[in-house]
Amino acid sequence: MSAQIGAHGQYNWPTGCKGPSRSGFPMRLQFNSAARRLLPYVTRYRARFAVGAVFLLLTTAIQLVAPWVLKLAVDDLTAGVTRGKLGLYAAALIGIAALGGVCRFRMRCVIIGASRLIEYDLRSHFFGRLQRLDLSYFQRNRTGDLMSRATNDLNAVRMMVGPALMYAASTGILFVVAVALMLSISVWLTLIVLLPLPLVSIAVRRFGDAIYDRSERIQAQLARMSAIAQEALAGVRVVRAYGREAVELDRFEAANREYVARSRSVIRIQGLFFPSLAFCLGLSALVVLWAGTREVVAGRMTTGDFVAFNAYLTMLAWPVIAFGWVTNLLQRGMAAWQRMLAVADAEPDVRDAQPQGAAPAPVELRGRVEFRDLSFAYNGQPVLEGVSAVVEPGQMLALVGPTGCGKSTLINLLPRLFDPPPGTVLVDGVDVRQLPLAVLRGAIGYVPQEPLLFSDTVAGNVAFAASGDGAPAEAVESAVALACLDTDVAGFPDGLETTVGERGLTLSGGQQQRVALARALLTDPRILILDDALSAVDARTEEAILTRLRGVMRQRTSIVVSHRISTVRGADLILVLDRGRVVERGTHDELLAAGGLYAGLDRQQRLAAALEEA
Amino acid sequence: MAANLHDEPLEAAYDARLLRRLLRYLVPHRRTAAVAFSAIVGHALLQLAEPYLIKLAIDRHILTGELAGLELIAAALLVILTGSFLLEYLETYTMGMVGQRIMYDLRMEIYAHLQRIDVAYYDRHPVGRLMTRVTTDVDALNDLFASGVISVFRDIVLLVGIMGVLLWMDWRLALVAFSVLPLIALVTQWFRRNARASYRAVRGWIAQINASLQENISGMSTVQLFRREARSFAAFDRLNRGHTQANLDSIFYYAVFYPAIELIGAVAVAAIIWYGGGWTLEGTLTLGTLVAFIQYSQRFFRPISDLSEKFNILQAAMASSERIFGLLDTPPRLAGPAAGRLPDGPGRITFEHVWFAYRGEDYVLRDVSFSVEPGERIGIAGATGAGKTTLINLLLRFYDVSRGRIAIDGVDIREIPLDHLRRRFGLVLQDVFLFSGTIRENIACGADAVSDAEVRAAADAAHAGPFIDRLPGGLDAAVAERGATLSAGQKQLLSFARALAFDPRVLVLDEATSNVDTATEMLIRDALHRLISGRTTLAIAHRLSTLRDMDRILVFHKGELREAGPHRALLARRGIYHTLYQLQYRDQETALA
Ligand SMILES: Nc1ncnc2c1ncn2[C@@H]1O[C@H](COP(=O)(O)OP(=O)(O)O)[C@@H](O)[C@H]1O
Ligand SMILES: Nc1ncnc2c1ncn2[C@@H]1O[C@H](COP(=O)(O)OP(=O)(O)O)[C@@H](O)[C@H]1O
Ligand SMILES: [Mg+2]
Repeated sequence: MSAQIGAHGQYNWPTGCKGPSRSGFPMRLQFNSAARRLLPYVTRYRARFAVGAVFLLLTTAIQLVAPWVLKLAVDDLTAGVTRGKLGLYAAALIGIAALGGVCRFRMRCVIIGASRLIEYDLRSHFFGRLQRLDLSYFQRNRTGDLMSRATNDLNAVRMMVGPALMYAASTGILFVVAVALMLSISVWLTLIVLLPLPLVSIAVRRFGDAIYDRSERIQAQLARMSAIAQEALAGVRVVRAYGREAVELDRFEAANREYVARSRSVIRIQGLFFPSLAFCLGLSALVVLWAGTREVVAGRMTTGDFVAFNAYLTMLAWPVIAFGWVTNLLQRGMAAWQRMLAVADAEPDVRDAQPQGAAPAPVELRGRVEFRDLSFAYNGQPVLEGVSAVVEPGQMLALVGPTGCGKSTLINLLPRLFDPPPGTVLVDGVDVRQLPLAVLRGAIGYVPQEPLLFSDTVAGNVAFAASGDGAPAEAVESAVALACLDTDVAGFPDGLETTVGERGLTLSGGQQQRVALARALLTDPRILILDDALSAVDARTEEAILTRLRGVMRQRTSIVVSHRISTVRGADLILVLDRGRVVERGTHDELLAAGGLYAGLDRQQRLAAALEEA
Repeated sequence: MAANLHDEPLEAAYDARLLRRLLRYLVPHRRTAAVAFSAIVGHALLQLAEPYLIKLAIDRHILTGELAGLELIAAALLVILTGSFLLEYLETYTMGMVGQRIMYDLRMEIYAHLQRIDVAYYDRHPVGRLMTRVTTDVDALNDLFASGVISVFRDIVLLVGIMGVLLWMDWRLALVAFSVLPLIALVTQWFRRNARASYRAVRGWIAQINASLQENISGMSTVQLFRREARSFAAFDRLNRGHTQANLDSIFYYAVFYPAIELIGAVAVAAIIWYGGGWTLEGTLTLGTLVAFIQYSQRFFRPISDLSEKFNILQAAMASSERIFGLLDTPPRLAGPAAGRLPDGPGRITFEHVWFAYRGEDYVLRDVSFSVEPGERIGIAGATGAGKTTLINLLLRFYDVSRGRIAIDGVDIREIPLDHLRRRFGLVLQDVFLFSGTIRENIACGADAVSDAEVRAAADAAHAGPFIDRLPGGLDAAVAERGATLSAGQKQLLSFARALAFDPRVLVLDEATSNVDTATEMLIRDALHRLISGRTTLAIAHRLSTLRDMDRILVFHKGELREAGPHRALLARRGIYHTLYQLQYRDQETALA
């Protein structure tokens, strides 16, 4: 058993209904358009499905022959027959089962296999869509919730396109052909038997709708519960330190309780669903027994007909029950699919500009950075106002200011973690919004305030940005040395190949920051951004790092956020921010002479030093 | 990777043990379960009656042409139908609810256990994987209870019932029909073996996919900044492919099993026709009995062939329960005594010859001894990786010492109930963790005892007041997951306020001021000054200015306590502290000179 997995090319997520409506009314409409968007995934494997359909037809056809053989046998038995003929019937039954088995085997392999391939595609594309979304999206949506869509919901969708589709088709065919054969045995008996059918169809529809609504609510609650757990588990140290276990348990319990309550309402309906179907079917059997017996006695039907008719009716039971099961899967699958679409349809605010045919973007940036009367707000909350500054290649810009004044925000706009207003942030004179993200970010080495490392080796984390087979060992080593991480690494059990725990947990704060620094340095960036990036590094090490960096920074643009005057005093331009405004600007000496906020800061730090020595 | 595929090895006999243990969860709900079970048995018995009624119709009426008495059979069928309807509803509902309640219990048990298990466990198990225990794994069990267990019971009742009816109607023909049973056993055995193996492979891949997703989602902006999308995609794709291939491989066994059972069923029917037909011709068997045999044997094989679906559910449940029990069976090694000794003295903390290694013999702390007097303010200095944070991990018993002991008022902290121990400490970490909720909830940190006024006071004392007031909603402003929308410094101020609201006897600060600018730090220091009085304080800081006011400073180097004393004395010693200090303030000093 092997199957080819289609290589992942540039695949466009099928588009269509943008922005699902929230009201309950247009659900069916929405339902259809969502279903349409699933179609491309299915049609991609149309050849497979076609083969599957052929085997499905064969399987069903062969399955339907067996009762007919039974009918002939029973008729012959009532009439009297030779042993030889009985043997023939027996052999025929075995032959039919063998042939049917082979077809069924192929059918399952082909169709279920296709559903697995579709699952692969869906997961791939979902992941690809996630990669396009910007920081603000991930801040708005909980990790646990997104995870649940990529796992639980995806599985529900696969069940819909695979097993559910297969059973729906096979039972549909079975149903039609069985009814046709029953008609050939006795038209009016068949008609009576099918009488309860409209009832079944109505029941299925109503139950289906009810289950759809409710399973949607269950999935949503599951996502909520996951998110709560995720948060508490990720913050385990704080939870423990503050004895918050009980509170977390309560929070989880409430979500858990609600989940059970929502499940109960589905169980109630499902509990009614299958018995109702079985009851309708049972009524048909009753009719066959009652009317069929009379027919046989009246001589309009043979005993064999009666037996075969009963056999077909039993066969019908399966489709009708499977139908219920299938609707259940379909409803669940569609609800899940819509939740996946909601993520797939989310458009990142930050994305590559549409090429306007005009000046092609530069491929190589020199690194001249300009902020031009930049104002910025998060959801209407102004954070930066009228910030202007120019940094030439080779220069260093330093940002100083109290916590929350907007330093991180300012530098986050440069690599477009958030989008600045048009024409306010420029690199080499070009609006960053017009630069391809790959070019822009490729030129920037960013060391965040709170570094995020991946569960990989130290070397793997440092070579994070390297393409293809990773970076050459010398490059990694020199970046590690530049970040003063070499002595630490030498002390690790496996050196550079030591695995870092999840979120870098087994490294101390300062070690994490230096890994992040080495990671940025390895990209050999034109613009280096340090967002208070050495705050957890001790003084001795910071001193050493700054000395080593000085050589590297001479040829680059650097933007440095720091609280330490010692770090920023060498900058070509220092901006002092307060509540999003530039309140002072100049070099270290100019600012000291101006006698403002910066000078005050400097005085504080000097005073601190002087006090010690007094 | 192979190690990741199977969390632990598993023998075949293991399943039965797991199942027994799972069934224990039924005990609290045994009354509902009993109702469900009776409904199942009743329903199965009613189902058994149907083919027999058909046999009666054939033998008594069709073959004789006698219609009188047919109403009786029809009426019986109607009773059976109605009964089946009611019983099946009862069965589905009660069993479904039992399933849900058991899931509820299990989730609570797992989650509560996760709240108790050692912090070290979290070092080894990514949060993504732990999440799977609470959600996906429990759900797999739900399927077992809601549909698996129930239908297995029903199937067993049905199978035994059918065998009984067959033997009762005609034992010769029954034996003919049963002759295929050994074949069934063989095929089922083959299927079980292979399906289990492939199932485990699939689960292994899923765990890896989840871990990768979790990491990528929470670190997406880092991925994007370093333009790692393509490589991350490729890495994810590898897992995705592996998972798909494992699934494709497993389809084979399922695809073979169903037709194989059907074929065996057909052989049985053929044998019934061959022998039974012969006996009918001889007149030693009625035609109705023959037809009933055929109908019963069809009903006999359907549950068996459905077994492949149920086996799926069972495997999922077994694999999940194995992981769940694996977690539940990991005892929290650090569990304190439920009612141990409480130190009743003033709160003197002593480290006595403490050694500690996270792994093996890799000692991070070596023979560390010191004591902290009540009300004393201790600073802890040292280079990165010197073991400062580790000290705190030990003091709060996130980990236990390898050798030596830590005591409060002479009582070993391992003898103090954990909640009592931790309640003494107010911890501010360098990696601030905020919960989604409001600012108020984050400061109160879930303790009911903290009043609004106290929250406000704590916020003001930590100088978080001004920025909180600027947020829409003030104290009721929403905080996103991990406090993503606040600046790092703001988060630190909040964590400060949290520690103050907690009103601990001992304040523990781990590089808590590293993200705060000097001006803010001064304010905080000022606030702390007032709050610290009467409170023991342990402060780790690499910025030595923070430590200047401390009564005593402990200087660590490579896991050893190398120097101790007040700031000036340490400077005068011209040792490690002096060197650290020199590095930090050389610039200022030269500027002053
Ligand atoms: N993603 C965000 N959404 C909304 N507000 C934010 C977000 N990030 C930061 N802020 C707010 O913007 C202000 C500036 O934050 P920041 O730039 O991180 O300050 P800092 O100068 O400490 O780096 C703060 O008030 C913070 O609460
Ligand atoms: N959970 C952990 N598992 C294994 N090693 C750890 C863990 N946490 C820290 N370490 C290692 O222990 C040493 C001391 O770390 P730490 O106490 O955090 O130092 P610091 O003095 O910077 O606070 C470091 O080498 C670090 O890599
Ligand atoms: Mg910041």
